[in-house]
Amino acid sequence: MDAIAIAADAAARARALGATDSEATVSEGSEFSAEIRLGQVEQVKEAGSSAIGIRVLVGTNTGSSYTSDFSAEGIDAMVARAMELARITTPDPYAGLPDPIDLGSVAGDLAIYSEATAAMEAPLKIELARRAERAALDTDPRINNSEGATFTSRLSLTAFVNSRGFEGSYRSSSCSLSCSPVAADNGRMERDYWFSLGRGPAQLDSPEEVGRKAAGRVLRRLNPRKVPTQKAAVVFEPRVARSIAGHLFELVSGDAIYRGSSMFAGKLGQTVASAKLTLVDDGTLPGLFGTTPFDDEGVPSRRTTVISAGVLNSFLLNSYAARKLGLRTTGSASRGITGNASVGHGNLFIAPGEASAADLLRAAGTGLYVTELMGFGFNPVTGDYSRGATGLWIENGELAYPVSEVTIAANFADMLMAVTPGSDLEFLGSVAAPALLFPEVTISGT
Amino acid sequence: MELSESFFGRHFGITERDLQSYLSTALSRGGDYADLYFEYLASTSLSIDEAIVKSATQGVTMGMGVRVLSGERTGYAYTDSLKPDKIRHAAAVAACIADGPATEPVAGFTEAARRDLYPVLSAPADQPLAERVKLVQRADEAARSCDPRVFQVQAVYIDNIKHVLVATSDGVLSFDRQPMARLAVSVLAREDGGVPQRGFAGGGGRVELPFFSNGHSPESFAREAARQAIVQLDAVEAPAGEQTVVLAPGWPGILLHEAVGHGLEADFNRKGVSAFSGRVGELVASPIVTVVDDGTMHSRRGSLNVDDEGQMTQRTVLIENGVLRGYLQDRLSSSITKAAATGNGRRESYHHVPMPRMTNTFMLAGESDPDDIVRSVKKGIYCRNFGGGQVNITNGDFVFSATESYLIEDGRVTRPVRGATLIGNGPESLKQVSMVGHDLKLDEGMGICGKDGQSVPVGVGLPTVRLDKMTVGGTA
Repeated sequence: MDAIAIAADAAARARALGATDSEATVSEGSEFSAEIRLGQVEQVKEAGSSAIGIRVLVGTNTGSSYTSDFSAEGIDAMVARAMELARITTPDPYAGLPDPIDLGSVAGDLAIYSEATAAMEAPLKIELARRAERAALDTDPRINNSEGATFTSRLSLTAFVNSRGFEGSYRSSSCSLSCSPVAADNGRMERDYWFSLGRGPAQLDSPEEVGRKAAGRVLRRLNPRKVPTQKAAVVFEPRVARSIAGHLFELVSGDAIYRGSSMFAGKLGQTVASAKLTLVDDGTLPGLFGTTPFDDEGVPSRRTTVISAGVLNSFLLNSYAARKLGLRTTGSASRGITGNASVGHGNLFIAPGEASAADLLRAAGTGLYVTELMGFGFNPVTGDYSRGATGLWIENGELAYPVSEVTIAANFADMLMAVTPGSDLEFLGSVAAPALLFPEVTISGT
Repeated sequence: MELSESFFGRHFGITERDLQSYLSTALSRGGDYADLYFEYLASTSLSIDEAIVKSATQGVTMGMGVRVLSGERTGYAYTDSLKPDKIRHAAAVAACIADGPATEPVAGFTEAARRDLYPVLSAPADQPLAERVKLVQRADEAARSCDPRVFQVQAVYIDNIKHVLVATSDGVLSFDRQPMARLAVSVLAREDGGVPQRGFAGGGGRVELPFFSNGHSPESFAREAARQAIVQLDAVEAPAGEQTVVLAPGWPGILLHEAVGHGLEADFNRKGVSAFSGRVGELVASPIVTVVDDGTMHSRRGSLNVDDEGQMTQRTVLIENGVLRGYLQDRLSSSITKAAATGNGRRESYHHVPMPRMTNTFMLAGESDPDDIVRSVKKGIYCRNFGGGQVNITNGDFVFSATESYLIEDGRVTRPVRGATLIGNGPESLKQVSMVGHDLKLDEGMGICGKDGQSVPVGVGLPTVRLDKMTVGGTA
């Protein structure tokens, strides 16, 4: 039986046992990873796995279950458990599946599966990792150690079926090459990393480029200073600016809105950011990492302008959050193989602006160019923002010297009102942002 | 216990002869060592949100992983199936890491010494669902009724029962049954129309269900979460810059986990990439600081009878009177560096290779009275609760996020301040410890530690501690 048939069979068994509605997901995947350290193979891992999950509705009670046992007894036991669990949940008038009219799938080739990834032989993958690390180690004698270079590849198949007539499946693939060199100077070590990823090997940067970029990043961190506590500008480099798009996601997620746990609750149609800020979610961009033909409830992916020139234009919603808020799903349901769907995103990005990286530094004048953030200091309820930071000090609009062991803090609402996006947008995953300038935050140091 | 009486013997008919044969396949291309890790995991998750039990999920996963070590190389493969042909295939894939003549596992197994640190006769996972769902319902009711300013409550109860079997090519055979349960409550409160604040509390461990009625009731967690949220309603801006910091006992032990724990994991030190590499015998903390990692504590979240490599867990002194004593070892690092095993080889599941991880990590009690510690501070902050933390083990910088803290003014704890990140440097920050309280407390049993994409349950603990100087990331 293929994956859709297995999922359909499980969903049908639930209906036969009295479920009003049911939805089933089958997920199959295989992974490969090779780690090289100091030129030697350190670890090779290779395996495949699969699992099935079911969610049932008995009236408006829900129950969920999953298993990795695909035998007839295994599936029966899974369905029976989900039915039993539906007996202990509370009726929820908003529980349900999406309206049939909302179900569907994006047509055409989304370019999220590459045969070339599947065809790659292990020795080539190992060699790519070896070349990346070599390039980093050869850059400068101060790079005298390494946390290694890793090549990973993944193939997966997702099949989803629900009792309202949706059936769909898609394959996807990814491969990535990363490198983490260690450098030392004056008795203190630093590490940094760089990576490249693609649906297929053709989209990867050359291993030498990945290694040299990682090397450049670690070298510029050597001999950092701690700066005095002050209010000053910060510029987030794009890799770090992605976290701001991530925080915006937490704020526009429909679950947080109906619970009142987002500072954006009740602000639809209001100005929440500088007119320079536009936030888009697009799950249909070919080849990217947040692209899928349908979401985890069988609703087609789409493009949603979430914040348009500073105005909160749309939340991101699954069918449940949409019903709670009296809105319509945006095709943003996300879950593992079972359970109630939460809200996710496709390719979520802050639209690029006009300013080059050099323009942003000039506009900042004095402050911190942030190249790494640490910790979890963002509170979406209040907007309190406080994180550990590493970077380069900006003096007279130019990068001057490395800085570490400082924090940056502000209220997130104030940060959004003052932000200026740069022009350099690059997709390093399903969340992306160009460099971002925030003209005044508190930097805590000595 | 004989293999035939063990979980995998009874349910899957696995015999010593089978294990021996899989290990032979794993070593068919040479290699120094191989091991097999079998895992069966049954989980239940129940949650309440807006006073509705919206979600109830149960599931079972099982599988096994085969590891082959050849020098410093690791080959790893796993399978979801416990069928002999699938296991043999995984063993053949893992074997490819070596490239030489076959080696042979030792004949016959010796069962690892048995003990029972979590003698859970009836695992929560075996109790009626109706009993367990009451826990989240009681938490919800208690949080709502304790203060009218509480307007949103979520509670999640999770339990699981994990059976593991480890068989190694040097003849070790171990079994373990590992129960776990955890209840967490999160609350939002608001003063009419104002900005909401949140609170979070919970606890658990390798315990039976009555744990949640004896001093760890849903009501007590609910009241604690509500208390935190309500305290924050009056919070002022946190200070910015270097401050004297007093950490409350218990969960603030996350300081140790980040500042020194990860940096003392043997894999980083074997590779020379930790800020603590090559520093055994050196002073890395104030002489009043002693830090241990103890995997043998009764019923605790981070405890294990045996680690995920079949090695007995133990109490390991990491820092003694300020001096670095040793690292947390797994099999690979201890064999390469010829260090004694410490029983810290852990993994998230059969999908993952084991690596050195913490268990329960805490600072031993000192001599100071906790009130005297607060009284000794003219100006500073008192941190009572934390969210997560993170460390860069190479340069030693670490952060942790204070979610409930207060100003200390003239020796008295005064106004609550807003959430702020604290940042320090591992080998330096514990030198700032000038007072250690006599009130060692362990956390409530909620800790999850992440490393290289693998999560494992851990515990932390701390007495009241004064750090003379630490950078606080506030805005005032």
